[in-house]
Amino acid sequence: MRTSHSAQHRRVGDGPLIKWLLIGAAIVITTALLIMPLLVIFFEALGAGWGTLADNLLDQYTLHAIGLTLFVAALTVPLNLIFGTALAWLVTRFRFPGRKLLITLIDIPFAVSPVVAGLLYLLLYGRNGWVGSWLADYDVQLMFSWPGIVMVTVFVTCPFVARELIPLMQQQGSEEEEAGVVLGASGWRIFRTITLPNIKWALIYGVVLTNARAVGEFGAVSVVSGNIRGQTNTLPLHVELLYQDYNIVGAFASASLLAGIAVFTLAAKGFVEWRQARTLNRLQTEETA
Amino acid sequence: MSITVDSINKRFGSYQALNNVSLDIPEGKLTALLGPSGSGKTTLLRIIAGLESADSGRISFSGKDVTGVHVRDRNIGFVFQHYALFRHMTVAQNIAFGLDSLPRKQRPPKAEIKRRVSELLEMIQLPHMAQRFPAQLSGGQKQRVALARSIATRPKILLLDEPFGALDAKVRKDLRRWLRNLHDEFHFTSIFVTHDQEEALELSDQVVVMSQGNVEQVNEPTELYARPDSRFVFDFLGQVNVLSGDVKHSRLSLGSAWVTVPGIKHQGKAQLYLRPHEVRLATTPAANANLPLRIEAVSLIGSEVRIELRPEGWHSTGSDNIWEVGISHAEFNQQRPARGDLRYAVPEIGHLFTGEDTQPETVNWAEAESAPRVRLIN
Repeated sequence: MRTSHSAQHRRVGDGPLIKWLLIGAAIVITTALLIMPLLVIFFEALGAGWGTLADNLLDQYTLHAIGLTLFVAALTVPLNLIFGTALAWLVTRFRFPGRKLLITLIDIPFAVSPVVAGLLYLLLYGRNGWVGSWLADYDVQLMFSWPGIVMVTVFVTCPFVARELIPLMQQQGSEEEEAGVVLGASGWRIFRTITLPNIKWALIYGVVLTNARAVGEFGAVSVVSGNIRGQTNTLPLHVELLYQDYNIVGAFASASLLAGIAVFTLAAKGFVEWRQARTLNRLQTEETA
Repeated sequence: MSITVDSINKRFGSYQALNNVSLDIPEGKLTALLGPSGSGKTTLLRIIAGLESADSGRISFSGKDVTGVHVRDRNIGFVFQHYALFRHMTVAQNIAFGLDSLPRKQRPPKAEIKRRVSELLEMIQLPHMAQRFPAQLSGGQKQRVALARSIATRPKILLLDEPFGALDAKVRKDLRRWLRNLHDEFHFTSIFVTHDQEEALELSDQVVVMSQGNVEQVNEPTELYARPDSRFVFDFLGQVNVLSGDVKHSRLSLGSAWVTVPGIKHQGKAQLYLRPHEVRLATTPAANANLPLRIEAVSLIGSEVRIELRPEGWHSTGSDNIWEVGISHAEFNQQRPARGDLRYAVPEIGHLFTGEDTQPETVNWAEAESAPRVRLIN
């Protein structure tokens, strides 16, 4: 009895002091750094009433920024959906020299600061850049217009889908697909009826993350967009512009939109994560069974 | 449909998985590809299926070259070791998949597919599981569903990759019998890969023993067991007791241990291979052999009592320096051999490998000597 009691006491991390200290620190830090700023955004945005918020959001330039942001996301998400799926398929279903290197390279956009990425694109595709000067001869301008914004957004968000799919597809292996092809199914039928249902939730999760990042990207976009109001101003850039104009309420109104998207993303992410954990659990119990 | 494998080569990087392999698989027979892991047996099966392509060589079905035919169009049944059931489809949907995948013109109508699926469900004795998902089935049930799925389109060839490898012993035995019946009923040409000698010998009509990308021997199970061609096949097919030494004046000796080999001309290095049932145990050395051994373990489970012994004063090269001898339960009850007892092995039939010559020579002491057969006498 006595030994078990003392053994219980010696269990690592079970000291009440440490436990409550950690819980307390977690509460303080989350409140100060995460919850309060979020509340402030909505509080400030609604400070002058719903009418002012609506007026601010319906402002011509804000509307344009919203439109451009959604347009960029609408192009980026499907592009990276296809790119990410193809890449994950490639590195999990085929063996070739440089495969490991490729898996590492996928993470470059995570490792590089977005501002640096924007700068690189500017140097490469800008009017005086290597590719840009050649394109300029054909009157094609990528930088300081929407194609440039889409390009850097694609760059910044390209790992999300692939990163979600690769571990799952690695774990699932390719036996089911082989079984499908032996049974005479066409490549498209295998993808549609075997592969896609198996990776569905990871894919949705990747899309949610890609979308959130595409909508909120600031650094890379600010370098290549040129910040032209009503033309190349995305929502995050617009927030900064309004703030610099001392239009605090307007800035917060736009910011509240972005924050709203973030909260929605979190909810969607939570739901998908829950579904995915269920699939993975089932996979693991299947394997141990 | 017969299958012909003609000088197949396959490399994975610097590793030669298959080395100029040629084989004839007769129509309607159940053939086992037997070998240790890394022997290339699974690779060969996958090349026959078309899931893998050979670097050179040809595969023909009934004389028709199918080397360039896509796996999709080879119309074979393939059963995977880990079942590879479609996890998000029900059992019924899994079984129907092959039929649903047929081109529109050959595809039977929906009602016909449904009928075929329920027929197959009856056959695998799982009609009540039709709406279950694979995760809800046991291993044996999954493998039966996988089998039903693979034969739904009535292929002429059935290929099985370690079909019972992931199952426990009891289920394995049931499924083995069941597969044998299935094969006899449908007359497929079947090939199954296994590393389990017992499974290969019990289930198949023909065994192909493979090692390091080569075919070592092809024969019927009984012949294979009785007349292994090489040291490898001998070692691989069941327990074997080895005496490796020098022959001088028709006596093979190693340290204090020796056996006389009647009528031998060979001089120099030789290995004597003895199966557990080809050796007797006595309490004194026999006239033709002096092989002292000390009993290490006695196992009573099974139809025979298995006795493990360690060479006393000499060293055996095979099986971690352990000899194994099987005696009947009657003999055991009479003699009561126990751990630590000293016994002398008396060979009755043996297989002698000499020098580089890989074909063994069978030695029969019981016949060669007019001396009375040595029984286990206390």
